[in-house]
Amino acid sequence: MVKLSVRDLRITYGEGPSEKVALSGVNLDIHEHEIFGIIGPANSGKTSFLRAINRMDEFTLGMDVRGSVKLDGTEVRDWANVYALRRRIGVVFPLPVGLPMSVYDNVALSPRLRGVRKRSVLDEKVEQCLTRAALWDEVKDRLGTLGSLLSGGQQQRLTIARALSQEPDLLLLDEFSIAVDPVTTMRIEDVLVDLKQDMTIVLVTNLVQQARRLADRTAFFLMGECVEIAETEELFTGEVKDPRTRDYVDGRFG
Amino acid sequence: MAAPSPARPGARDLAWAGDKLAQGVIFLGGISGILLVIGIFVFVSREGLGFVSNGLDLREFLTSPAWRPTSNHPTFGALALMAGTASVTGLAMLVSVPLSLGAAIFIGEFAKGRTRELLKVLIEMLAAIPSVVWGFIGLTMMNELIIDVFNVPVGLNVLNAGIILGLMAAPIMTTIAEDALKAVPDGYRQAAEAMGATRWQVIWRVVIPAAKNGLVAAVLLGVGRGFGETMAVLMASGHSINIPTSPFDSVRALTATIAAELGETAVGSEHYQALFFLGIFLFVVTFAINLTADLVVRGIKNG
Repeated sequence: MVKLSVRDLRITYGEGPSEKVALSGVNLDIHEHEIFGIIGPANSGKTSFLRAINRMDEFTLGMDVRGSVKLDGTEVRDWANVYALRRRIGVVFPLPVGLPMSVYDNVALSPRLRGVRKRSVLDEKVEQCLTRAALWDEVKDRLGTLGSLLSGGQQQRLTIARALSQEPDLLLLDEFSIAVDPVTTMRIEDVLVDLKQDMTIVLVTNLVQQARRLADRTAFFLMGECVEIAETEELFTGEVKDPRTRDYVDGRFG
Repeated sequence: MAAPSPARPGARDLAWAGDKLAQGVIFLGGISGILLVIGIFVFVSREGLGFVSNGLDLREFLTSPAWRPTSNHPTFGALALMAGTASVTGLAMLVSVPLSLGAAIFIGEFAKGRTRELLKVLIEMLAAIPSVVWGFIGLTMMNELIIDVFNVPVGLNVLNAGIILGLMAAPIMTTIAEDALKAVPDGYRQAAEAMGATRWQVIWRVVIPAAKNGLVAAVLLGVGRGFGETMAVLMASGHSINIPTSPFDSVRALTATIAAELGETAVGSEHYQALFFLGIFLFVVTFAINLTADLVVRGIKNG
C-alpha cells in the first residue's frame, strides 16, 4: 500500500529574481509501515520536503509548493482543515523542543488540544507514550519538572513521546540525532524500529550509516534534486545508477 | 631632531590619561544612579520623619479618611487618598491590561512586515505623550462624554481618571509585553503548529505560558506607572477627598495631594511634613512594586 505519493514536487522560496528553488522534480512513493530514509548534504531540500507534507509552508513566508503530495490517496492541499491533517502527522525536529511546561503537560498537550479532559485517560496516554519513547523510567518520578529542563537526549525522546501522543499514522523525523549523544541515538533508533509496526516513518538523516541501519528504502537528495531512490542495501552495496550517490555514500563528499 | 623616547615602565602618555578620564566619567555616571536614589530617600525621609517624631498618629494616618491639614484641629488621615489612588489604578489596569496584552499579541503574533513596524512606531509615539496632555483630554473631552453618556452631574471621577490612566499606561505595557512574546523561541511555535494546534491554541497554550514572567512584569510596571502618575490623575479625578463607592465618585490621589498642596504650606510645618510622609509611603509602595517586577523579570532568565 502506498502511504504517501509525491509527484512533480517543486518547492521555492521568495519571488521574482530572488526566487530560490529548494527542491524540484521529485517523484516518489512511500509505502505503509516502512522506514523511508532520506540522505544528502545540507541545502538539498530534505527539510523542505518534510514541510510540504504537513503543509507547514502555510506559515512560512515566501515558501511555495507546487505539484502533488497525496496522503492515503488524498491530496494534502485538499484537506479543508489543515490542523486535522497535521494531527495525523508526527514531527520531530533537529533540535529537541521541550515546551516550557511540565513533562506531563508536554505529552498531554496534543490530547488536550483534541479536547480530552479526563485525568485517567490522560494519565494512561502519558505513560504509554513516554514508555514507547523509552523515557518513562527516567522521568516517571518527576513528571512535574519543566520539559525544557531535561537533558538534550531526554528532551528529544520527550519530543517523540509528544509526537506519539498525536496517534499519528505518519512520523516525520528531521535529523533527530543532531543534538543527541550516541547512546541516546541508539535507543531512539530501537524505538523507531518498534514503531514501524504501527506507522510509516520518513527519516531525514545527516548520518548515512543511520539510514543504512534503519531505512527499508533510501532516497538521496542533492542540491534540490532527488538523485536516486533504492532499497537501502542496494544503495550501500553498489547497485547505484548515479556515480554521485556512490561518492556520497562512500563519504567522498558531504 | 630628538629620537623618540623609548617606552619606559611607568610612562604616562596622552592615551593613558584619556583612558583614566573616560574611566572616571563612566564610573561617576554609573554610581550617580545609586547616589541619587539614596539621596532622594534621605531627603524625603528627613523632611517626612519629622512628622513621625512630632507624634504621628499612624493609626489615624492609615484608617481615617479625614485629610484636614488646614483645619484648626488638623487631622491627617490618608485612607481616602489611598482609596483614591487604589481605585483609579485598579480601574486603569482593567482598561490597560486587556488593551495592551491584546495589542502585544497582535503585533507579536499576527501583524507582519509594514503593519507591524508602523504599529510599533505609533505605540512608541503614544508612550511619549506628556501626562498633562492626557489630563487635558480627561478634563475636557472625557468629562463631557461621561456627563452625556451616563447622565451624571460631574464627569471628573474614578471612571474618567481610570480610563485616562489606563490609556496612558497601555503603550509602555504593550512594548514590554511584546518584547516578552518576541523572546519566546520560534521552535516552540513551530513544534506546536506541527502538532496541529490552531494559531489561537499556539498562542494560548504555548506562547503566553512561555512569556508569562515578562507579561506579569509588564502589568506590574503599568501598576507602578498608575500609582505614581500625578498630573493626569489630578486633572481627571475631580480632586475631592472621598472613599469612592461608585466609579462616578470624584476622588483624590496621594500624588495629586502632594502636587496640589506642597506649594501652599510653610516649610517645616506639620502639614509640610505630612506631605513628605505621604511621599515616603509612595516611595515604599512604588519601590515594592518595581522590586517585584524586577524579581519576576529575573525569573525569566533563570527559568
